[in-house]
Amino acid sequence: MNSEKNQFAEDWDMVIEPRSSLFSLNLREVWGYGYLLMMFVRRDLVSVYKQTILGPLWFFIQPLLTTITFTIIFGNIAKISTDGLPQVLFYMSGITLWNYFSDCLTNTSNTFTVNASIFGKVYFPRLVMPLSRAISGLAKFGVQFLLFVGFLVYYTLNGSNVHPDLPGILWVTPVVVLILAGLALGLGLILSAMTTKYRDLFFLITFGIQLLMYATPVIYPISSMDEKYRWLIQANPISWLVEAFRHVYLGAGELSLPGLAYSFGVMALILVFGIVVFNRVEKTFMDTV
Amino acid sequence: MIMRPVINVENISKQYRLGLVGTGTLKDDLYRWWYRVQGKEDPLLKVGEVNDRSKKGTSDYVFALKDVGFDVAQGEVLGIIGKNGAGKSTLLKVLSRTTSPSTGRIRIKGRVASLLEVGTGFHPELTGRENIFLNGAILGMTKHEITRKFDEIVDFSGVERYIDTPVKRYSSGMYVRLAFGVAAHLESEILIVDEVLAVGDIEFQKKSLGKMGEVSRQGGKTVLFVSHNMISIGSLCNKLLVMKHGQVDFHGDVKEGLNYYINHMQHVIESSDLSESLKSLPEDEYFELLDFDLQQEQSDGVVFLSSRPIKVCYRYRIKKRITGLRVGFDFIEQKSEMTLFTVFHDDSYKTIEPWQEGVYTSEAIIDANLLREGSFIINIAVCIHNVRWIINGQLKVPLEVRNIEGITPIYGFEKRPGFLLPPIAWRNEPAGD
Repeated sequence: MNSEKNQFAEDWDMVIEPRSSLFSLNLREVWGYGYLLMMFVRRDLVSVYKQTILGPLWFFIQPLLTTITFTIIFGNIAKISTDGLPQVLFYMSGITLWNYFSDCLTNTSNTFTVNASIFGKVYFPRLVMPLSRAISGLAKFGVQFLLFVGFLVYYTLNGSNVHPDLPGILWVTPVVVLILAGLALGLGLILSAMTTKYRDLFFLITFGIQLLMYATPVIYPISSMDEKYRWLIQANPISWLVEAFRHVYLGAGELSLPGLAYSFGVMALILVFGIVVFNRVEKTFMDTV
Repeated sequence: MIMRPVINVENISKQYRLGLVGTGTLKDDLYRWWYRVQGKEDPLLKVGEVNDRSKKGTSDYVFALKDVGFDVAQGEVLGIIGKNGAGKSTLLKVLSRTTSPSTGRIRIKGRVASLLEVGTGFHPELTGRENIFLNGAILGMTKHEITRKFDEIVDFSGVERYIDTPVKRYSSGMYVRLAFGVAAHLESEILIVDEVLAVGDIEFQKKSLGKMGEVSRQGGKTVLFVSHNMISIGSLCNKLLVMKHGQVDFHGDVKEGLNYYINHMQHVIESSDLSESLKSLPEDEYFELLDFDLQQEQSDGVVFLSSRPIKVCYRYRIKKRITGLRVGFDFIEQKSEMTLFTVFHDDSYKTIEPWQEGVYTSEAIIDANLLREGSFIINIAVCIHNVRWIINGQLKVPLEVRNIEGITPIYGFEKRPGFLLPPIAWRNEPAGD
């Protein structure tokens, strides 16, 4: 009996054990579920669109209203500098980026709690779920981005003080979006891992995202910041992304390569850490949710 | 010839923390972490006890599974049976990787599809077609496989006309059929199935069971099948695993296993729990309850079918001549603790006959097709009419009622409301003009 058993030794497709090593990230496995990832993205897009009367119009309305509000409050009442740029374009550029970041972060940070019913019934690499959220969020970002480009063209044709830098746009846009997505996903993974056990964090997340926006140059340019406190804003990796984005599209703001490299580094760290933490929790979260 | 084992389970244990996950968790987490940092074994894994829900434990930690080990050979159809809380579902969860074991190792050869629920991930806004692809992908099928099986799935579920309609507009029957259709066409070597067949009407259950049997016979597919339904286990499976208190109680041939389960489980209930309680009753000068038993054809003494009568049997000794004796029970629904009915063997409150000394038996019959599926308690009650209680509240016997062949158990998506499910006679006639 034993010898017959041994003849099959080492011939297993899958081993289930209590704890895997820290760095078995299963990324290859995630790749194998590419089709599922696609289906989830599709589901998100189709279902959001189907439940509303105005459909994708909402994607326009929200940033428009926010931009108007910001223009009135921060631009006209508080009179915060916009680096000499038209206020609408200045705020809209910041809001477009920020919306993607905050949507992506909120939608991934509740991965385990929202999907508990699916996760409890069937196995697939859990990472597929937040990944699909980050990707489907890009669609909304794309729509808002088009709105921004529309305004940009309008203002440029009307001879406003904006100077788009086309070659810069071509390489900065994907880099900025990629780093932003990585940051949001990484943070979302860490938070989703923690909220399964400690629900208190939910209260902190919405509040924290709001606070973080004020630590990012969305409603003000970095240049308007007092020298003494500027490093605080510059320590925030998102600041460099917003500034670079404004630089290439509007012609004001700072495009700093070391700054972008710093953002990328922080993103990579957070993302890897996020995946590690997430993978540890995915094995046992059903017991704590 | 020994068939190749495709599943090898070694010493699997699964520990759960009882009670609330709340403020205490942080303390225990830090405690575990501190031991791990020092390179020691997790101290809390040593705590905990075998999971017997009927007894009150002393520790906050219990083992839902304890040192479970077995092999499953290729092509085997293994039934898994046991009382509620015996660890069946936990075992399936660990095997299908929705939770990980606390200790031990499982090795699997081949692709696993687990079906702990039909229609996992169905989205109401998506059409039938879109949901087939989504659900198939969730269950681990590739796009190619789903495309190839698409027509077969639609055919099996009979929803062709509605395939491009959002599933929120489906009737519940169509929804379940479509969901099961996807699952039935999974192309994996190993299929893990929980009691998903309990949904759907009888016709559909037969069709699905037939499909499962066919799949395992023709395709050499290995199937693990949890069920309370001994009839379907008997007809589908060739091996049986009996779980008890999180441990493997029996593993072997299905016929032998079902016999073991029927005899042994009943024995356990009677000898360990009830006879203990009978002994511990305070002595009474008139009355002694010798034996109490619930009987149903082909039942294990714990799980009963709603479609057959349940016999409630008493054996007792009258020690001294007594008048006005009442022997009976309260029948209580477990979740709501609502008393459904009380029965006394002597139902005329005026009759106060004398009882001579001697040994007697009393039997009450709970009609077939009266109860809905659920957990019930029989509270044994004995009294002397208008004088005092002899037994009331000390002896409570749990019983599980399953509706497998009775009246259609589901009503829309939900179980039928209420605790009773008697057939109500309907007459429909054309009324003319």
